[in-house]
Amino acid sequence: MPETTTKMVLAGEGGQGVQAIAEILAEAANEEGRQALYIPNFGVEQRGGVSVAFLQISDHAIGSPKFLKGDIVAALSERAVQRTATYAGPETVFIYDSAMEGVEDDLPEGAARVIPVPAMEVAKEEFHPRVYNMVIMGALVGATAVVSLDQAKAAIEKRLGYKFEKNPQLRDLNFRALERGIEMGRWPKGGIN
Amino acid sequence: MPVPAMPKSWRVDNKPHKFCPGCGHGLVLKCLGKAIDELEIQSRVVYGCDIGCSLLSWDLFNLDTVQTHHGRTTPVMAGMKRARPELICIAYMGDGGGYSIGVQHLVGAAMRNEKITVIVANNTQYAMTGGQMAPTTLPGQKTETSPYGRDAETTGLPFQGAEMIAAIAPEGAYVARGSVSHLAQLTRFLKKALRNQIDGHGFSFVEALSACPTNWRTDAAGTWEFVEKDMAEHFKRGEIKIPEKREAAADA
Amino acid sequence: MTVAPVKEEKRVFMTGNEVVAWAALAAGADIMYGYPITPQNEVMHYWSRLAPRYGKSFLQTEDELSAGFATTGGVMTGSKAFTATAGSGSVLMQEPMAMAEMMRLPTVTIVQQRGGPSTATVIYSQQEVTLTTMGGNGEGIRVVYSTAGHQDLYDYTIKAFNIAWKYRFPTFVLGDGYQAKMREPLTIYDPEKRGVKLLQPDPFVGKEGEPGRDRPPAQYRNTYNLEEELYEKIMSDMKEFEENSADIAEYESSYTEDAELVIIAHGIVFRAVREALDNLRQQGLPVGAFRPVTLRPLPVGQIKELVARVKKILVVESAYGQIARLIKEKACGAACEIHTMFKPGIGIAAEEVEVRAKEILAKQ
Repeated sequence: MPETTTKMVLAGEGGQGVQAIAEILAEAANEEGRQALYIPNFGVEQRGGVSVAFLQISDHAIGSPKFLKGDIVAALSERAVQRTATYAGPETVFIYDSAMEGVEDDLPEGAARVIPVPAMEVAKEEFHPRVYNMVIMGALVGATAVVSLDQAKAAIEKRLGYKFEKNPQLRDLNFRALERGIEMGRWPKGGIN
Repeated sequence: MPVPAMPKSWRVDNKPHKFCPGCGHGLVLKCLGKAIDELEIQSRVVYGCDIGCSLLSWDLFNLDTVQTHHGRTTPVMAGMKRARPELICIAYMGDGGGYSIGVQHLVGAAMRNEKITVIVANNTQYAMTGGQMAPTTLPGQKTETSPYGRDAETTGLPFQGAEMIAAIAPEGAYVARGSVSHLAQLTRFLKKALRNQIDGHGFSFVEALSACPTNWRTDAAGTWEFVEKDMAEHFKRGEIKIPEKREAAADA
Repeated sequence: MTVAPVKEEKRVFMTGNEVVAWAALAAGADIMYGYPITPQNEVMHYWSRLAPRYGKSFLQTEDELSAGFATTGGVMTGSKAFTATAGSGSVLMQEPMAMAEMMRLPTVTIVQQRGGPSTATVIYSQQEVTLTTMGGNGEGIRVVYSTAGHQDLYDYTIKAFNIAWKYRFPTFVLGDGYQAKMREPLTIYDPEKRGVKLLQPDPFVGKEGEPGRDRPPAQYRNTYNLEEELYEKIMSDMKEFEENSADIAEYESSYTEDAELVIIAHGIVFRAVREALDNLRQQGLPVGAFRPVTLRPLPVGQIKELVARVKKILVVESAYGQIARLIKEKACGAACEIHTMFKPGIGIAAEEVEVRAKEILAKQ
């Protein structure tokens, strides 16, 4: 049976915008007429815990909000690597930031591919550290092709448009970071399929 | 990296604590830790915390601790004290747990002059659940359940919890209100409150004006201003009730 | 003065808590009473924002006891009143809901289950089934719908108001923290445009005229003197409950006719079961699935028929036997094997259900 559901797990520190990326992708997929189910997962603290988002995008009705293994797992912080390694199975593409230190022992063994992505480096050197999550989002879009670039941009605009109105340069910055991320996600040898 | 100075009664191994940056709890609990240190009662204290951000202090101290249910810390600690009077029982909660769901228990404990020390950290809203209106929310203050600003006409004025306790509690009780903007005073009040319990005079209660920059969405300057200017208009610092015997003795 | 909240059908993408607020509006709810507890807070957040635009009211009370009792007061005035809660709040809600049971008050309560017992987690569980169906100090004369996603949350919140006012049993919509917080698409609509007549409530108290002169006083109590009085009252209410159960009960079933193993689950867990069922059937395995939509009253006839005919049943829940207990009671005496998969406080994935189902089929 052709696999038309993409299951994604994103995790990072509170404040890294993990929930924002997941919500934006979910909105974009929904606008495109695909089925999307997004659910956040965190503990009691208002701040400080690892923030995890589960996202499923599909062409047919989505079942359980919870799944055991993701098709793609993205960890934005060292703690996130530890927290999400469990969601990586033999078919999972596990991505993490190449700037992370001390995570070698926590990386999932047995994942299909474990890919260090220089998202933070690219964000810092080409854009601004704050669009780190946008680069990651681009990498996910590039790797999975779950939504089109146009829909991704539209969803970002919908969510962050009010900030862009005040500072139009932010729009350009975010979109370029997104596109750069997409480029990175498609390399090497295409994404998860 | 050097470890910052912490009260002796605090655990060091599990720091930094889990409170948000700028949270008032860290300050109030530091004052409490100092008071416990200075009174040298660490081995006799049982510390109780509520549900809400206060629950994050369940492993903060090197004290026996119990985290209870929302608003129920007062009766748990009162029950403990009745069973083992030599323990020093402290009930720590927020303004939601203290003045809303738990207010009836404060009334009961104060009325019976239960020899426990209750501390209410007041940051004018339910913080952990995302910033809903609380009895202490200021008029016009926007919260998740007063999205257009608190309307005093339909929801009342900021609750004067310490004053209510002072009105109900019999002779022997100690009631005060301090603030995270005046730490030395707050520490002094907490010490006097605990001293009141140690000496067996009666109920002791301290409200501590506290801060929540996360839900207030304020920066450092804005946070300070909200505590010192806005909250201070509605909540007066000072000692509201002191046992007569204490006034005569006039100790620290 | 007030605008109809949902005029046209519209496909939306929102969280479950927001869905509840819109559904209550669409159902013509007048007033919500509530108290903060995760994961249902946003029902209050959305309602308190929408309320002034549509001439509705909101009160945040001092706790859940108050919210529940205020809801009973609200319905007695003939207003469509509702409340929402979770976890320890559900426990507190039992006192007012027991009063609602005794006094036949049409309260509507949305419960977003979280881990239990006590404070546990703010996240998710199916551990408030016992509480919501039978939590008062009585016989559980209540209607409980267990929703499996946002369309259900919308449809059944609207239905809850109608059923509550028609039959006068406290009515519950049992969701959970996943449904509360997740985002998925659904269609919101004006129920009357789909031919669903919204019942108009009539007041218990405060009717026209002077009591004693123009009309008899409306006097309600929940206290009885003698055992015999109480017995009569309970038996009468239970008779009414049972007579209407077949009309109220709802269920969903797939492939149960030729199944060797039928998987039973409710709420969001049933979505994992549906997904697993697809895979199992694709592999040619004789599996079916059954979902009670009403946990109270249960679709008894269908359950009895199932357990009489099918060889094996697997009950799957995010609790330690709360729905299993209810099923087993109805299955009493049947020859089928009842297997269970209990995962209290944790989400269940389709893959896990599939593995367990295969294990059970393999055993002879």
